Amino acid sequence: MDLSTTYLGFELPHPLMPGSSPLADDLDSVRRLEDAGAAAIVLRSLFEEQIVGDELATYRAHTGAAESHAEAASYLPDPAVFALGTHDYLEQIQKIKAAVKVPVIASLNGTTPESWIEYARLIEQAGADALEINIYELATDPLESGEDVEDRTVAVVAAVREAVKIPIAAKLSPFYSSLSHLAGRIERAGANGLVLFNRFYQPDIDAENLEIEPRLYLSSPVELLLRLRWLAVLSGQFQGSLAVTGGVHNAIDAVKAVMAGAHAVQMVSVLMRRGPETLTRLRADLTRWLEEHGYDSLRQMQGSMSYGRGGDAAAIERSNYMRILQSWRPDDA
Amino acid sequence: MSPKERVTLDANEAVASVAHRTSEVIAIYPITPSSPMGEHADAWSARGRANIWGKVPAVVEMQSEGGAAGAVHGALQAGALSTTFTASQGLLLMVPNMYKIAGELTPFTMHVAARTLATHALSIFGDHSDVMACRGTGFAMLAAGSVQEAQDFAAIAQTATLASRIPFLHFFDGFRTSHEVAKIEELSDAELLDLIDEADVAAHRKRGLTPDHPVLRGTAQNPDAFFQAREAANPFYLACPDIVAKTMDRFGEITGRRYRLFDYEGHPEAERVVVLMGSGAETAHETVDWLVGRGEKVGVLKVRLFRPFDVARFVAALPKTVCAIAVLDRTKEPGAVGEPLYQDVVTAFAEAPAGAARPRIVGGRYGLSSKEFTPSMLAGVFEDLAKEKPRNHFTVGIMDDVTHTSLPWDAELDIEPDDVVRSVFYGLGSDGTVGANKNSIKILGEQTDGYAQGYFVYDSKKAGAVTISHLRFGPRPIRSAYLIRRADFVACHQFEFVHRYDVLETAREGAAFLLNSPHGPEAVWDELPREAQETIVARKLRFFVVDAFRIAREAGLKGRINTIMQTCFFAITKTLAPETAVAEIKRAISDTYAKKGPEVLKRNFAGVDAALGGLAEVKVPAAVTATRGRPPIVPPGAPDFVQKVTAILLAGYGDRLPVSAFPVDGTWPTATAQWEKRNIASEIPVWDPAICIQCNKCALVCPHAAIRATVFEPAKLSGAPDTFKSDRFRAADFEGWRYTIQVAPEDCTGCTLCVMFCPAKDKSNPKHKAIDMAPQRPLREKERENYAFFLELPEPDRSRIRVMDVKGSQFATPLFEYSGACAGCGETPYVKLLTQLYGDRALIANATGCSSIYGGNLPTTPYTVNRDGRGPAWSNSLFEDNAEFGLGMRLGLDSRGAHARHLLGEVGPALPGGLAREILEADQATDAGVKAQRERVARLRMALAPLKAPAARVLAGLCDDLVKKSVWIVGGDGWAYDIGFGGLDHVLSLPYDVNVLVLDTEVYSNTGGQQSKATPLGAAAKFAVGGKDTGKKDLGLMAMTYGHVYVARIAFGAKDAQTVKAIQEAEAYPGPSLVIAYSHCIAHGYDMAFGCEQQKLAVETGLWPLYRFDPRRMAAGEAPLVLDSGAPKKPVEAYMNNESRFRMLEAAGPARYKELATRVREEADRRLALYKHLSEWKTGAVPAAADAAPPPAPAPAGGGK
Repeated sequence: MDLSTTYLGFELPHPLMPGSSPLADDLDSVRRLEDAGAAAIVLRSLFEEQIVGDELATYRAHTGAAESHAEAASYLPDPAVFALGTHDYLEQIQKIKAAVKVPVIASLNGTTPESWIEYARLIEQAGADALEINIYELATDPLESGEDVEDRTVAVVAAVREAVKIPIAAKLSPFYSSLSHLAGRIERAGANGLVLFNRFYQPDIDAENLEIEPRLYLSSPVELLLRLRWLAVLSGQFQGSLAVTGGVHNAIDAVKAVMAGAHAVQMVSVLMRRGPETLTRLRADLTRWLEEHGYDSLRQMQGSMSYGRGGDAAAIERSNYMRILQSWRPDDA
Repeated sequence: MSPKERVTLDANEAVASVAHRTSEVIAIYPITPSSPMGEHADAWSARGRANIWGKVPAVVEMQSEGGAAGAVHGALQAGALSTTFTASQGLLLMVPNMYKIAGELTPFTMHVAARTLATHALSIFGDHSDVMACRGTGFAMLAAGSVQEAQDFAAIAQTATLASRIPFLHFFDGFRTSHEVAKIEELSDAELLDLIDEADVAAHRKRGLTPDHPVLRGTAQNPDAFFQAREAANPFYLACPDIVAKTMDRFGEITGRRYRLFDYEGHPEAERVVVLMGSGAETAHETVDWLVGRGEKVGVLKVRLFRPFDVARFVAALPKTVCAIAVLDRTKEPGAVGEPLYQDVVTAFAEAPAGAARPRIVGGRYGLSSKEFTPSMLAGVFEDLAKEKPRNHFTVGIMDDVTHTSLPWDAELDIEPDDVVRSVFYGLGSDGTVGANKNSIKILGEQTDGYAQGYFVYDSKKAGAVTISHLRFGPRPIRSAYLIRRADFVACHQFEFVHRYDVLETAREGAAFLLNSPHGPEAVWDELPREAQETIVARKLRFFVVDAFRIAREAGLKGRINTIMQTCFFAITKTLAPETAVAEIKRAISDTYAKKGPEVLKRNFAGVDAALGGLAEVKVPAAVTATRGRPPIVPPGAPDFVQKVTAILLAGYGDRLPVSAFPVDGTWPTATAQWEKRNIASEIPVWDPAICIQCNKCALVCPHAAIRATVFEPAKLSGAPDTFKSDRFRAADFEGWRYTIQVAPEDCTGCTLCVMFCPAKDKSNPKHKAIDMAPQRPLREKERENYAFFLELPEPDRSRIRVMDVKGSQFATPLFEYSGACAGCGETPYVKLLTQLYGDRALIANATGCSSIYGGNLPTTPYTVNRDGRGPAWSNSLFEDNAEFGLGMRLGLDSRGAHARHLLGEVGPALPGGLAREILEADQATDAGVKAQRERVARLRMALAPLKAPAARVLAGLCDDLVKKSVWIVGGDGWAYDIGFGGLDHVLSLPYDVNVLVLDTEVYSNTGGQQSKATPLGAAAKFAVGGKDTGKKDLGLMAMTYGHVYVARIAFGAKDAQTVKAIQEAEAYPGPSLVIAYSHCIAHGYDMAFGCEQQKLAVETGLWPLYRFDPRRMAAGEAPLVLDSGAPKKPVEAYMNNESRFRMLEAAGPARYKELATRVREEADRRLALYKHLSEWKTGAVPAAADAAPPPAPAPAGGGK
């Protein structure tokens, strides 16, 4: 079965790949992922804020008490043998590049236009084949309009596009007033693809102790629906590549995503739960499903269920919504 | 000769470099001031740096210096080239092996940063008392006087030992040389290879033990053999001086730097000569040059090879014209005819060939414990030596008004030439001043042909430590081994200092003064105290200000002002072209911080770039305008001793105190820390009674006893300051009373532990807690008044406190307060709690380490007394012997107690009815019981007064021994797990009633974070830079195996109630108790404000299980071990990820980090499973009481529980 697809200009044997996550943190699991047949490797995001926070915390931990007392000029081993900042991330790109043959896609979250550019260049120089621009922010400034937020996002894409030659994909959240419009602007700013969607780590509340608790839940299949809807909307509108991430747990999920228009299917939770080898099984399942359903190739079904092809998007959307709402019963909760 | 590579470094690094490059096995143990040598060696080996033969030396940290000496002895016997580094008491622990190593004629060089031996007090500073204690070992002793010499002599010693087979003790002055940063010519590998004879190396290897050619060493010999065999080595000692001389000659040929066994400097026809060794000889050299320049016939003989002492070369080295010699020893040998070098010189002349000159010889002591030794003191020695009858057995550098040994000297004498730029910087440890100054010296050393020298003085505090940097820069090598007395440039990096210290003391006329000031050039003048204005006007100082904190804040550096001030220093002194200076500062920043990440560099660069824009010269008014001077160091109400001694030490003028000011035996008053108001917190906690739930947890966690709780009758509020806060006390005991939480505003360090730990949140605005931090300055005066009022409130009657739990214990006055511990220290809350519970009856034996430094380092003492004048009696013996020391205290107390009880039995019939029996049978298990006993003893004292019987008279002096005493053996993990473990194990094996509190920071904290056996698996520490590869020693489990030892593992930040309970159980247990206390520490590498959070995580991840093992439970047929923490709730990473000691391994290699984390989990699970099993183990049947009770302590036992 021909499962081949094209994503960000790469001709891939199939669309399945790990999403941006700690899965690619060590070479061993990267090799296991490749052995399991991953079409590409996506690295975890380089969060500038975290990098800077780490740097400063370590700087303070090492220098705060140093040179203060006659008995000890320092209290921790000489940090010269340890590397902070972007060093280890960039080195990881190099190591993974050297270890695998499949495309290596880095991921970045910056804070200022300058830092986006600076880090993107470093990532390209380190050998990444492509870059996910991870737009991961909560718009909380009451003085900033939705348009301002979108302008900033588009400017980042344009700046990174200017800075690097490798393909770039914007990883977005679904929380925009007009995602279709924004997708168009992002495409015009030079993005080669969109990754749908980012998952925010939602802070929880500890009611006993009146504290905010960060929580991380692995994705659940229910999250796929939102992604399917937007893939279906954007497929056809957006000329570049589309990737789904979040909620794909089995081959049928992948089938749906491809039908909705995905060129790449990224998975994290299922691989973390069941190990990189799951990829092999998913690929086999995908092949089997296509064979059982009489498809010639994956491309044949790519975008088959997008709204562009499936009829009036708005109408389907609304009726779907009404049906679900009316059929809801408290017992179903 | 090869072209010279010049480097700027301190002697520790220079010596370690040679030692590392010429060794194969290095065994060490950390001890100040030699620790950096071992750390360098370890770091180099960890990075794969090879020795001159291309092999990476093996570096191993041992459990003590004794262990290190044993390990090198073994390595040497196996034919390896070996070395070690040590000082002071550590050197003494090596002495037994030194005799062996020398007796076996083993080539070996040890490097000693010579340090004072602890006598009436410990001192970390330098003198020769340690090396002089090794004179009899048979080691050759080679003394270096400067950084250059220390490096060179390290190489000469290693070469000569291989050639002579006599082991070498190479020493240089601790701190003055070991820590002095100077520009030197570096020895290359090629030079070292050229110097060391490979045939000697091969011969040493050939002598190594091997089963292929077996021999036996270490025999036991009888009277028939030993003596002759001992004399058999004589030829080697006789040959040694020649070998060293030849080695020095060869060294001179290779490097151009020439040395002799005795180097004479001065007038060729000198009449007066001083003889000395070490850094003092450099100052003497400088002074002699100056005096000769003024026409005086004086000279100095620098002794290099002290052992074997070459009489002929010594005599020959002196000018024939010499009439009078002063031999200066940097040590004291009480009771001896004279100090060691003096005795040798006298003997040398007595043995000199006929016809040699017979000058008059006197001896004197100088520079003990790094006491300043200056040209003016040397001039004083020469002046006295010119007298017809010069003083013998004198001292110089102090004022001895008791036995009048001291020579006078002219303190104003300044011989330093004008072309040496001298700069003095006052800073805080935390602002980075010292680090930047070290870089400045390197910059000056490397960017110019000139010579630079840096020396750094620290106060004894760990929080808010004041540092004073002394930098010299001049056209010639700098021999001034003393502090700057006249500075061309003075910088004060903290504005508050101008109100606390005379920072301008050293400023010479026309000097530049740079002040980091929040007040601009127009406003600053009016903010200065009168004294500072007077100096500025009188000495015509040029005065500059910069608001470095603002610049640092804007650059995102938060308090790190060092590079900003450094930029201003170069701009004002013009020691480098401005653009070169800025470029070099940035290069130094890159070198120092590059691996910390680009953001750190970016922010530091931004600070440097903005610095000069903020620098402004102040237009100094013609006259002084200030009316207010600096406030007195201590308030007028302080006790006499504090006024006359402590205050002088606090002001930095301790050198001016005469001998008579000091106690004769090192005994020192407690309760003096309260007189030192440091005001180091920028923010202090503010209490909101409306939110407070009155749990007293804030008081419990405060490391400095700077936030306190009390209850009092409402009537006591009369006369309270208007801002004094109180609230109705909401508990059954003390019904109707008022409750207060009060901050000691001037003693708080601003660590925020209390705020972080406070559980009471405003329900509508949880960000607001019952205590929040607020700026100290606006609160200082009012809160000072409130605190004074608080201290006057009566302490609540302990017997009325319902439960002595977390809450109840905090109503007891802490008898340990305002120590010099780090802000947020994780140890001191335990010590403080211990004093709250038992301070009025405690003897504390304290192992050397952080707890002995913050507990007993002058100028002030944090252990204090209650209103009855009772409080902990505290003593520090050594590092290694603390358990034994504490046991001795117990035995001593028990002996006195038994004697008192015996006498009481004898005198009893003469006492009022039943008193003796009441006293003998008293239950003293509770506070109330102890109180009642004290009352009985008071009655006894009165009843004894009229009695004349001898037993009654003796008993009168032993009455207090009838009241229970609590012995606490306190120390860190370095002591308990490593160096003192043998003793601790033995003491625990005995049945005596001692309580051991181990403050477990999992690392040698005081000496700078070296790994101990308490360091957990996977943590990076010095000597475990790649992360400790083996698990933490389970000290508690080992103690449990005895069966009769009470053992508890506690963490106040995780479960404070269990902490209090365990300490109480330990104290009540009538046998040995061991309490292992988790102590967060700056050496873990995170903000100590989160210390309690980390404690909690340590417990929740299962890495620090809480338990109590009480042998008494066996009596009831119960398992003695009770687990106080549940199954792990969180992954170990939740704990590890927050601390640099773990995180740096992740940065170095995520895969290894992951693997380590897995092993950490497995290891923790294994231990937890074992504990669980033990906690479920029961004896099966209720044993007879006698089986379960701890074995009774052998007689004499009394005053027990």
